Parts: sequence; C-alpha cells; structure tokens
Amino acid sequence: MTSKEKIAVQIDDLTVAYNYKPVLWDIDLAIPEGVLMAIVGPNGAGKSTLIKSILDIIKPIAGSIQIYGKAYKTQRSLVAYVPQKGSVDWDFPTTALDVVMMGTYGSLGWIKRPGQKQKKAALEALEKVGMLAFKNRQISQLSGGQQQRIFLARALVQNASIYFMDEPFQGVDATTEKAIINILKELRKAGKTVIVVHHDLQTVPEYFDWVTFLNVKKIATGPVKDIFNDDNLTKTYGINYKVAVSQ
Amino acid sequence: MNPQEYIELVFTDYTLRTITIGTAVLGAICGMLGSFAVLRKQSLLGDAISHAALPGIAIAFLIIKTKNSSAFLLGALISGLIGTFWIRGIIKKTHLKSDTALGLILSLFFGFGMLLLTYIQKMPNANQAGLESYLFGQAATLLESDVWLMVIVTGISLIVLLLFWKELKLLLFDPDYTKTLGFNTKFLDILITSFIVVAIVLGLQTVGVVLMSAMLLAPAAAARQWTNNLAVMVILAAIFGAFSGILGTAISASQNNLSTGPVIVLVAAVFVVFSFLFSPGRGLLFREIRFRKNRNDLQLHKTLSFMYNIAKTHEDISHPHAIRILNNFQGFTRKSLQKLEDKDFVKIQGTMWSMTTKGYHAAANLYNQLLKQEDE
Repeated sequence: MTSKEKIAVQIDDLTVAYNYKPVLWDIDLAIPEGVLMAIVGPNGAGKSTLIKSILDIIKPIAGSIQIYGKAYKTQRSLVAYVPQKGSVDWDFPTTALDVVMMGTYGSLGWIKRPGQKQKKAALEALEKVGMLAFKNRQISQLSGGQQQRIFLARALVQNASIYFMDEPFQGVDATTEKAIINILKELRKAGKTVIVVHHDLQTVPEYFDWVTFLNVKKIATGPVKDIFNDDNLTKTYGINYKVAVSQ
Repeated sequence: MNPQEYIELVFTDYTLRTITIGTAVLGAICGMLGSFAVLRKQSLLGDAISHAALPGIAIAFLIIKTKNSSAFLLGALISGLIGTFWIRGIIKKTHLKSDTALGLILSLFFGFGMLLLTYIQKMPNANQAGLESYLFGQAATLLESDVWLMVIVTGISLIVLLLFWKELKLLLFDPDYTKTLGFNTKFLDILITSFIVVAIVLGLQTVGVVLMSAMLLAPAAAARQWTNNLAVMVILAAIFGAFSGILGTAISASQNNLSTGPVIVLVAAVFVVFSFLFSPGRGLLFREIRFRKNRNDLQLHKTLSFMYNIAKTHEDISHPHAIRILNNFQGFTRKSLQKLEDKDFVKIQGTMWSMTTKGYHAAANLYNQLLKQEDE
C-alpha cells in the first residue's frame, strides 16, 4: 500500500435521518487512499445510506464530506459508483454496450454525444469484465452475475480514483464473485481506493485489507488484520458473534 | 365510401384535412412523450394530469365568459401543472405512495372541475354549450391555428429530445447514477414532465379529459413490444400514435355518430392488442411457439441421448436394437423417432432402430452444443 497518510474520503459528523428516524448518527470516518475497504453491518445499519450520502444522492441533516480535501461537487470526476443491481429496471430497452457507455456521459457533460473514443473505452471495459461477447445483448437477457459485471464495467469506464460499490456480490455465482474481486484487487494495485458494501463476513479477511463496522453509529474502522475480531463483530451485530476469523 | 375516395376527400376537404393532420400530429407527440412516461413507470401520471386540467378549463370560461380554445388551453395548462406539482409535493413531503397521491389529485381536481361545469351549465349564458365536450373531446372543433400550435410544440419537443437524448435516457434507466455523474436530475425531470403536461393539454380538445391518458400510453406500450432500442421505441410510438389519429379520424368520418376521440383511442388499443399478441420478441404467440419448439427439441435430445447410451455399449455403434426397449423410457413417441430419422440420426427398419455415425456424434456433442448455444 502506498502513502497511507493521504486521505481519500474524509467524513465529519455525518448524520442522516429518514422521517426523524436516524439512519446514520454522527459518523466520523477517514478512508486512506489505496485501500480496498469493506463496509459491514446488519440490515438497516445505514451502509448504502453512507455511500449515497457521500455521493450526494441523499441529503444529510448534518456533517461534511470531503474527497481529497475538497467538496464532492468539485471532485465528481474522481469518483465512480456501482449501485445495487436491483435499483434499476433491467427490462429497459437498451444493450450491454449502451449501459457501459453511460459511464462516459459524466466526462462528456451536457448535450455532447458519445463518439468513437467513448465506444472504444466502453469496449475495453467490457473486455476487462469478460463481457465483450455480450456487448449487443439486450440487458434483460443477461444473468444476474452478468448484469453485475455490466455495472462494474460502467464504473470502470469512468476511470475514477475512488470506487463506491453497493453490494456487488449480491446474487452472483462463485465464478463472477472471483472475477469481480480480481478486478477490485487490480484497481487497488493501480492505487485506486475501493469502498464496498459487503454482506459475507466469511470473505472479509480474504478480499479486503480495510474494514469499517457500521450500525447507525460507526463501531470501528481500520486494517482488517487489526480490527476484524469477535469483539467488533459482537458490538456491530449485537449478538455474540464467533465468526470464522480463523487465521 | 371506399378508401381511395376518402383519401381524395382528405386532400380536398378543408375541415377533414385539418382534423386528420391535427389528430396525426397529436398522436405522434403523445406517442413520443408517452414512451418516457411508460419507461419511468409514470403511466398514471398522464391520467392525473388530464383530469387535473378540467377545473382550469372551467375557471378560464368563468373569467372570460366566452368559448376561446386558447384561453382554455392556458387554463388547462396551469391547473395541470399545479396538479402535477402537488402530486410531486405529496410524494416528497408525506409518507403516501405515488399511486395514492395520483388518485387523490386526480379525483380532487376532476370532482372540482365537474362541480364547476354543472354550475356553468346552470348559468344564464348561451355561450356555455359544448363546454362539456372537453370530457370526451370533439375533434370537429379543431381549427387550423390549433393544428399549427400542435406542430410547433411537437417541433420544440423533438428538438429538446434530440438535444438531451443522452441525459434523458440515463435518467430513465438510472436516476441515482445520473446524479453522481453531475447532471441536474431535477431539471431533467421537470423538463420531461412539463412536455408531457403540454402534450396532454393539447390533446384535451380532441380526445377529452377522460381518455387522454390512453393516447399517451397505448402507442408507447405497443411500441415497446417490437424493439429493444429506446430510439426505435420512441419513433415507433410516434408512428403508432399518428396512425391511430389518422385511422380513427377516417373511421369516425365515414360513419355517422361516431365520436372521433374514443375511436382514436380504440384504434390505439387495437395496436396494443395486436402488438401484445404478434410481436416477434415479446408477443404471446411467438413466445408460445418458442416454448413449444424448445420443449420438442428437449424431448428429441432426451431420446437421442438415451439411444446414445445404449449404442455406446456396443462395438458397432450402428448395431440394431428393438424399438420396444425405448418404450421403457418416458417421452419417446413415433413422431420423435420419425424426426430423428429425418435428421439422419437414426435408421428405422421394421421394429428395429440403429444409430448412424452422424447421430452418434451429434449425441456425443449434445452437452457441448447446449453450452455453446448459451454462450452465443
């Protein structure tokens, strides 16, 4: 890992509420550059909300969020987002390539249409996720794992520094999971910061080097080898958690 | 009147020509913008907006005390927009779901509109006659100026769609992602919704408050069946809408006492039914055909692989076996045997069958072939 001191995402005093019910309570979090970080916590812990607040999709009631020391609004081009697969209608009339092309829209800005350059970038991203053969496939005819890869490719096209992913392993088979984690590890190797909402506690030590425990409040954050232990798991999940932190 | 005479009449008769062009343009713009409403799952929004426009028409009449379609249009537009923003406000500010908000605004505005209409009808003023035609529309009242207005609005919305095509497509598919890329989704949302409101208001005079939403949804729903490409869908919806207008006008003009608005909507509904049944990709008919074909293919594969397992235990793969031994196996029929013989996979001689080399290889590769098809 390179220069741990550099902070990619800095969150201070973040509080988010839906209809007076707090979803995130006074979160302080500093995510160092170049980590592959899992956000873990039970259902309703505010994991997705945390990502969406950072990305300005949800308006927090309080707190500040900085990307490399500046407000998110001026740093959009540094950030890419992979939403939950279930958040869109996959029966939408479009093709795999077209969805991946959407990743180039941000750099194009208003009105300008994507051209050959953008198409080339999209095709490269499709190849990276092993979906080039499916480029002209109608998206409803893709399997769940393939749809997830398309979403990943769309984020890769953005060529960002920080990647936020909301449960990219949900409902995918073992092969796809391996393929996705390899891409994430490659991103980290290239010095990118990757933040993943994750559900499978068993794979945390294998996949990630950094972890944040979240349950409305931040329970702990740090290197997996230091803080991924029964104590923090119990604090986060409430029950006495004897997870297979076997090594 | 035969079709040729009718077409000649369209070109010579001023009123008929105005109505035909008017309903065609209206159908086109409604189909075009309706595609966006359908894909955003806002199908009911059109219904709410058109009903919400009614009190605006009545209030416009109460103010100017005379029938003036431009003033009515303005009134309808204002109350339609108010209705739309109230719906958005209710969804945003309360816990109510969107269907509740839509239903609430729809009945509230429509009820208020009907109240005003009955009040107007009791007024000692001869001008109010025909105001109720806004309920079901009256295409015959279309003037050339109305048609021009429709053409201009269609032109503007076409330009806007072309300019913001990329952004609107993104918004339809994934609004949250659109936001993260830095696009102002509120602006895009208001843009497309406003155009939908304008299209609805333009159609009220022709199709009426009650049926207007069908003009918006039917061509789009029909078009969705034929394509998996958004641009093609929007164009097809515009074409279906335009033809609904032209055919609907023709049918109602050549028969007595058939009101144009409802006939146009019925023609559009015919497009929908036809598309649901006969479109190649998503239609019920072809889906059933594909289903049966797959089932038969599978049956054939089952029989073939059963034969393969018998044949491979013999040194000579074409060693004949009794057909009767296949009877133990569920799913074999005379017909499937015949089909296998047609494909030159097996030879039938009396009560015996034998596998050909071709059949043997086909059966051996059956599993691989299936995998390959999956990958295509």
